[in-house]
Amino acid sequence: MSTVNPTDTHHHDDHHHGPVTLADGVWPWMKRWIGTTNHKDLGTLYLIFSFTMLFIGGLMSLVIRAELFAPGIQFVDPAFYNEMITLHALVMIFGGVMPAFVGLANWMVPMMIGCSDLALPRVNNWGFWILPFAFTMLLGTLLVPGGAPASGWTMYPPLVMQTGAALPLMVFALHLAGISSITGAINIVVTILNMRAPDMPLLKMPLFVWTWLITAYLLIAVMPVLAGAVTMILTDHFFGTTFFDAAGGGDPVLFQHIFWFFGHPEVYIMILPAFGIVSTIIPAFARKPLFGHDSMVYAVASIAFLSFIVWAHHMFTVGMPVSAELFFMFATMLIAVPTGVKVFNWVATMWRGSMTFETPMLFALGFVVLFTIGGFSGLMLALTPVDFQYHDSYFVVAHFHYVLVPGAIFSIIAAIYYWIPKWTGVMYNEKLGQFHFWWSAVWINVLFFPQHFLGLAGMPRRIPDYAVQFTDFNMVSSVGAFMFFIGQFVFIYNMIMCMRGSGTKATGRVWEGARGLEWTVASPAPYHTFETPPKIDPREMA
Amino acid sequence: MATETSEHHKYYVPEPSPWPFMLTVSLFFMLGSGAFWLNGSTTVAPYLAALGLAMTLVMVFIWFRDVVNENLGGVYGHQEDMTYRWAMGWFIFSEVMFFGAFFGALFYTRMIALPWLNGEGEKFFTNLYLWPEFEGAWPSNGPGNVGGDFETVNAWHLPLLNTVLLLTSSVTVTWAHWGLKEDSRWKLCTGLAATVLLGAVFLYYQGLEYVEAYQHLGLTLGSGIYGSTFFLLTGFHGMHVTLGTLMLFIILLRCLKGHFSSHDHFGFEAVAWYWHFVDVVWLGLFIFVYIL
Amino acid sequence: MKKISMLSRWGLGALGALAMAPAHAEWTLNMGRGVTDLTDDVFGLHMLIFWICVVIGIGVFGAMLYSVIVHRKARGFEAAHFHESTVVEIAWTVVPFIILIAVAIPAAGTLLQIEDSSDPDMTIRVTGYQWLWEYDYVDEDVSFFSRIDRESDRARQLGSGIDPAGVEHYLRNVDNPMVVPVDTRVRLLLTSGDVIHSWWVPELGGKKDAIPGYINDMWFEANETGTYRGQCAELCGRGHAFMPIVVKVVSQSEYDEWVAEQGGDAGSEGELATGQPSPDEASADEATSSEESPTAGNATEGRTEDDSEDQPEEAEESMVGSGEEDEGSEPATGDEQDSDADEASDDSGSDDGGSEESDSADQDAGGDSEEAAASSGSDNGSNGGSGDEDEGSGGDAAGDGSDEVSKDELMSEGETVYADLCAACHQPDGSGMPSAGFPALKDGAITTGPVEAHVAQVLDGKGAMPPYKGSLSDREIAAVVTYERNSFGNSTGDVIQPSQVAEQR
Repeated sequence: MSTVNPTDTHHHDDHHHGPVTLADGVWPWMKRWIGTTNHKDLGTLYLIFSFTMLFIGGLMSLVIRAELFAPGIQFVDPAFYNEMITLHALVMIFGGVMPAFVGLANWMVPMMIGCSDLALPRVNNWGFWILPFAFTMLLGTLLVPGGAPASGWTMYPPLVMQTGAALPLMVFALHLAGISSITGAINIVVTILNMRAPDMPLLKMPLFVWTWLITAYLLIAVMPVLAGAVTMILTDHFFGTTFFDAAGGGDPVLFQHIFWFFGHPEVYIMILPAFGIVSTIIPAFARKPLFGHDSMVYAVASIAFLSFIVWAHHMFTVGMPVSAELFFMFATMLIAVPTGVKVFNWVATMWRGSMTFETPMLFALGFVVLFTIGGFSGLMLALTPVDFQYHDSYFVVAHFHYVLVPGAIFSIIAAIYYWIPKWTGVMYNEKLGQFHFWWSAVWINVLFFPQHFLGLAGMPRRIPDYAVQFTDFNMVSSVGAFMFFIGQFVFIYNMIMCMRGSGTKATGRVWEGARGLEWTVASPAPYHTFETPPKIDPREMA
Repeated sequence: MATETSEHHKYYVPEPSPWPFMLTVSLFFMLGSGAFWLNGSTTVAPYLAALGLAMTLVMVFIWFRDVVNENLGGVYGHQEDMTYRWAMGWFIFSEVMFFGAFFGALFYTRMIALPWLNGEGEKFFTNLYLWPEFEGAWPSNGPGNVGGDFETVNAWHLPLLNTVLLLTSSVTVTWAHWGLKEDSRWKLCTGLAATVLLGAVFLYYQGLEYVEAYQHLGLTLGSGIYGSTFFLLTGFHGMHVTLGTLMLFIILLRCLKGHFSSHDHFGFEAVAWYWHFVDVVWLGLFIFVYIL
Repeated sequence: MKKISMLSRWGLGALGALAMAPAHAEWTLNMGRGVTDLTDDVFGLHMLIFWICVVIGIGVFGAMLYSVIVHRKARGFEAAHFHESTVVEIAWTVVPFIILIAVAIPAAGTLLQIEDSSDPDMTIRVTGYQWLWEYDYVDEDVSFFSRIDRESDRARQLGSGIDPAGVEHYLRNVDNPMVVPVDTRVRLLLTSGDVIHSWWVPELGGKKDAIPGYINDMWFEANETGTYRGQCAELCGRGHAFMPIVVKVVSQSEYDEWVAEQGGDAGSEGELATGQPSPDEASADEATSSEESPTAGNATEGRTEDDSEDQPEEAEESMVGSGEEDEGSEPATGDEQDSDADEASDDSGSDDGGSEESDSADQDAGGDSEEAAASSGSDNGSNGGSGDEDEGSGGDAAGDGSDEVSKDELMSEGETVYADLCAACHQPDGSGMPSAGFPALKDGAITTGPVEAHVAQVLDGKGAMPPYKGSLSDREIAAVVTYERNSFGNSTGDVIQPSQVAEQR
């Protein structure tokens, strides 16, 4: 076999801890992956799972875009269309983006702070293996009578009460995903607080670790709230409670408040680690330390704090008292300040650096530009009177896809390009990487930019069919979607080649300007990296 | 102490373990069958769900047994101990947030939704056109009088007794903790046993209260928003007390087997923390659900 | 605001220039200005914040671009080593903060205006159902349903073979548009009979959610006559894309004429051709209350009785802009009695089994769409031909059912209704889509079972199937049930008369 499993080389290291490969037999190999307590194994599993989900969710988005290519209903029933938009969002958020970040944290946090593994390795295993089961349950709803949930990922009652047999499955799937997130988050918080090498004080931690610390805190705080909200849906549906029924003294809007109390921090859960990644990559390729490390930390912390008091800007149109609308508008606008600080700091980091533009850097720069565009539309959405027009229109769709796809997902891709030489010991194909970036950057804008226009022209979101005047931009957008999707196979191919070990061997440092503990060990990193805390060269710290 | 252990101690990374995976399978089994049960298939689904629950408990038991054995085997040092402390703390925080969702629902419906249904503030027309003449005051089951007339549980009878029981149990568990620290086995075991007993009595009275509510007060889960918040808040609290009592009982058994020492007993403390958390939630319930 | 609007004109120009493609009439790039003062303000704010973003964007991206071009290793640029500057960091924290305050102030002002719906010239109650709107002119005794026009509805079916481009105002046209006079402050009271909907006509202002069990208000004052189109903006199920809103803003005299037309039309029952519930429910309100009034006597509960007189009065004085007319809208009962009746209907659910249906209709709004939409059904009882509040619904039905309709007529009318409303799910050949949960009607348990159950299901809906009480007349339901029972190979031979449907309502 010409290809070598990267972890193979360490097979001799330690009889008990050495990873088993397929060559040792199928059953031992399965037992290894099912039972593994190794953060690198679990990180890999998380990432593979995440990309599987991104692929499935991507296919769903293609169903959506195909139906929207032209006015009229061509391919799917509107009910099925609603199932698609619901599952697309749930799969992408809970199955794609969040596990991808947890996977990156699994791989990198122990290596960045100089410890051997996450603090609770078995819990880590549990947290991962819940996910495939949870999403089997969720996707299984496509087969039950009444079809999959079709109320949007926001699950607003009373519409969600019209879900058929899928309802309890959806609720339980979210409970399971919640358990996974909470255990994962507790693990990461504890690791960061308790397992740092003695030489590494909190404020000297790499920004990726910092952002994850704060993200994990958000996760622990809000995932239980989501669990509570969906539990109320369950009891309203099956046990006669009336949380969301005015006749019994409840209020459908109550759900929206609880949901968005979870939902807004959730938005930052999906973007803060991205900030961390970009703050790691830009200094490496600008060969210059991150500008304002501490202010970046404070900015992330303030964003996290503010995320708890802005939830109702997702629901300005529900008829809140005007005082509440004013409060949420002001609080929301405030978020622009720390977010602005971050963007300015990134630019200042690049300023008078000595930049090179390898693939991770390209994706990081793409992130800065396109995320900022998403940030701008976010600022526009913050203005309540104008939001009355934007709300639930394609402008919103464009906004959150800008921050999630060229935002969160670009950062995940950047992180994988940046660290995969460290994981596998071989370099990815740079030419393909560059192609992947330019292809993605062009088509993602073709895909999402016209949606701004559609929203401003008055096209509501979550509709399978639209008035004829929206045709042109929808066609452009659909073309963008298919082209973007196709381009991602280049990435998958590139990564598979790395995982199979074909490519030029990577050095330990990999990138000239890279700083941090992970670069002080060999590539690929040993199966157990820092079994004893390393002495840290101050230059490796922030 | 921190410096002397972290110098040479290698953080314990457990061997691969099948239990987390099996626990997931059990949970999946339990919830999947539960979903079918809820959807009305009552032939096998309830039994499968029960089986799933049993499997879940068994897996948790086995997993914890591994942890206990590792601890008894002396592989845990100070850093591992800190890990468990942090983890338990954050876990309890997540539980607090879970209750927060339901308390939030209670506050929202009482303070905002009910006045709106009464036509106060900007929702004047809600009352005028949709619920004319409705003048709900808490406790309310809404303008639809959903679930029919009901009376509330008198805070100064069983709930007060239960408050006293739980507060006392917090004292006894602390007393047991002192006993543990003083190496007084007698104090430890009686304190714990008393706590378990108080927890069980609490649960008994809570059950009695539910029976009373259903049979005599007309207060059910379906009694509009009052019934919803009342039963979900007290019900989830009751489930936590059940779990807490069970854990205390196991800790009691472990104490009897002599598992803990005066300096190494986080298993005990974790459960004690949990018990205090359950106690504090109860105080919130007593004030906001029963009294106010 | 003048400055803002100048900016906005600029903005339009710039955006237009940005469009790469050749000019295309349909390619709207920016938000419309709308036709009210407030939409103008909102447009101004939109452009203000847009230009602030553009300026900041140019600054940030410009600096980035410069840096990317100049500060690159390939050009031998040596990296500097600075990594903090307190002054700069404070500056770019404080300056954005000040900019935000500058935006927040006008935004707050506009918001306060938008949310102040007091002193309207007229009030319309808007109720959303899956998937149609009901408009009830509080002061005018006009009330009707507004549903997507038949042509769009046909074209939008899966595999309809009709090119949407050939349909005028595809998906943006309704059978009965809402009509309001120009230069009039119109207040909308929004609620829903089933799930949350959202009422949105961009030209008239932002959207507001219609929430079951609660009433939200919004207002607009159109400055220009014309026809303005929008649609439901909150996901409300399968037909979410197909509940358009059309508002005709007309001159006051045209409006008066229109009102007279609506009012003069009472009692006619010839709406089948257009499929709309007759727009003649001048007295939907009274019909409802009269229908329920029998329960008033025995079900009223003491606790609210005393206040029943005060509140409506208070309403008229303090909140309802046109107090007098409002009173007039409930002519026969007078407000005291009327409120008793309403109260009874809403409060007496468990006390009086007899009123259960109408009762659950109003109360259960939040819970179960089937029952909830029954309220539209009971309102629609007046559809049967009565404008007189003293007649019970039974009386209405008599008017409807007095003439027998032939099977052929029913079959052909039923076919039309079926094609428009049922075929999308149950398929033109009645084979249904079992995988998606839509059962086959061919040899179906319902369509070949007892007639009553069949009629009941069409009236009340089930699961994903919306109730048609609110939107179909007795005759239409009779027609479609007859059709379903004698098509697709079903041959029950049953002929259902409108009277039978009326009985079951």
